[in-house]
Amino acid sequence: MTKVRVLVGTRKGAFIINSDESRRDWKIDGPHFGGWEVMHMKGSPVNPDRIYCAQWTDWHGQVVQRSDDGGKTWEAVGNEFRYAGETETHQWYDGTPHPWEFKRLWHFEPAHDEPETVFAGVEDAALFRSTDGGRTWHELPGLRTHSTGNTWAPGAGGLCLHTILIDPNNPQRMWVAISAAGAFRTEDGGETWTVATKGLSSNFLPNPEAEVGHCVHRIAQHPSKPETLFMQKHWDVCRSDDAGDNWREVSGNLPTDFGFPIVVHAHEPETIYVVPIKSDSEHYPLEGKLCVYRSRTGGNEWEELKKGLPDDAYVNVLRDAMAVDSLDSCGIYFGTTGGQVYASSDSGDNWQPIAEHLPAVLSVEVQTVP
Amino acid sequence: MTNVRVAIPVHLQTLAGVDGEVRLDVPDDPTPNTILDALEARYPMLRGTIREHGSAKRRAFIRYFADGRDISHDSPDTPLPNVVARGQDAFCVIGAISGG
Repeated sequence: MTKVRVLVGTRKGAFIINSDESRRDWKIDGPHFGGWEVMHMKGSPVNPDRIYCAQWTDWHGQVVQRSDDGGKTWEAVGNEFRYAGETETHQWYDGTPHPWEFKRLWHFEPAHDEPETVFAGVEDAALFRSTDGGRTWHELPGLRTHSTGNTWAPGAGGLCLHTILIDPNNPQRMWVAISAAGAFRTEDGGETWTVATKGLSSNFLPNPEAEVGHCVHRIAQHPSKPETLFMQKHWDVCRSDDAGDNWREVSGNLPTDFGFPIVVHAHEPETIYVVPIKSDSEHYPLEGKLCVYRSRTGGNEWEELKKGLPDDAYVNVLRDAMAVDSLDSCGIYFGTTGGQVYASSDSGDNWQPIAEHLPAVLSVEVQTVP
Repeated sequence: MTNVRVAIPVHLQTLAGVDGEVRLDVPDDPTPNTILDALEARYPMLRGTIREHGSAKRRAFIRYFADGRDISHDSPDTPLPNVVARGQDAFCVIGAISGG
């Protein structure tokens, strides 16, 4: 029988929430790594029992854990992320040069074709790859040493590489997003990169249409249409139909187009979801009314999804804290900084909490396990 | 060789799968670095969590105590007091207190 496994990273540990395909009853397992920040967990699409987990604290730095039994047991693997070659500088908040320093891992992206290869996006922004299941990590330095690299500056959360997309038809093609540098694409497996921000506009920049400096919060893609990308930016929801060469805004009738995550329905490549947040200075829903917005037209026309979600919820939903399952009736999941995880088993029409009173949720991933 | 006691923070005890203090055989005249070398050899998952990879520099929010004294700013190659070298007292790795 198919199972659904929700991987939840929080400020104080990891939780794994399990159900069968009915998605009515949920069992919470955890905390794993109690007291550590778990930025992200993600399973291999090839072997769902292979899960990578990024745990971190200011005191002890980065630890990478790996499970080969679906999160029942874990093994600490490699945690050395050494930049390749001489590191130069990026910009600091005040515009002065600042040396590149590894702080922590933000996001894993396991390869689509074999479980031992996994990519990691880190702060300060760089892309690493392991081909031995996380035991050793090697930087793909072409990104960090891009000609614009010395102009990248951190967003409030740090200079983080938080999004990695791999083209399902061509593993040599990938996209990454960095706050607050922008979006980049490679066609050669990460050796060289091009900026993918044309059409974006960010009013906080001296030149709103600048090549770099955009605070991209998340990019999402449907595997059947890899040329089409959806982006939640600091402000604005955007789409590209040419693999990131050109973007256009599709915020349409959203009540606010600030937010962090964006996801695509598992079976409908033009159905997308965002969680509108009031503003960049007030990180909670408008009037505290927590809701998801869905567009079935790939943007511009949005509908509010509110059934089962609370009012008086002054919480945020972070960029990595929303995901979809792949069951026939697509499930949508998100976690809040207030420690709730909500799930919908009917594409967002109805919602229920599947966990409450957890530490602040940093990330949510979903596995549909045969 | 001498047998020393090492106390590490609870988070690192959990990571290493130990309960309470660790006892280690180390060369005579132990120093913070020789003790931590031995600790990391036995528990490789602790590499990078007390000292930085590569430089072996003490992480910013970590302190070393020995014989009731904060020795964090001494050279980590300085021999430790006799009470630690003889195993009567523990070499302590401490995480900075924070809260609020």
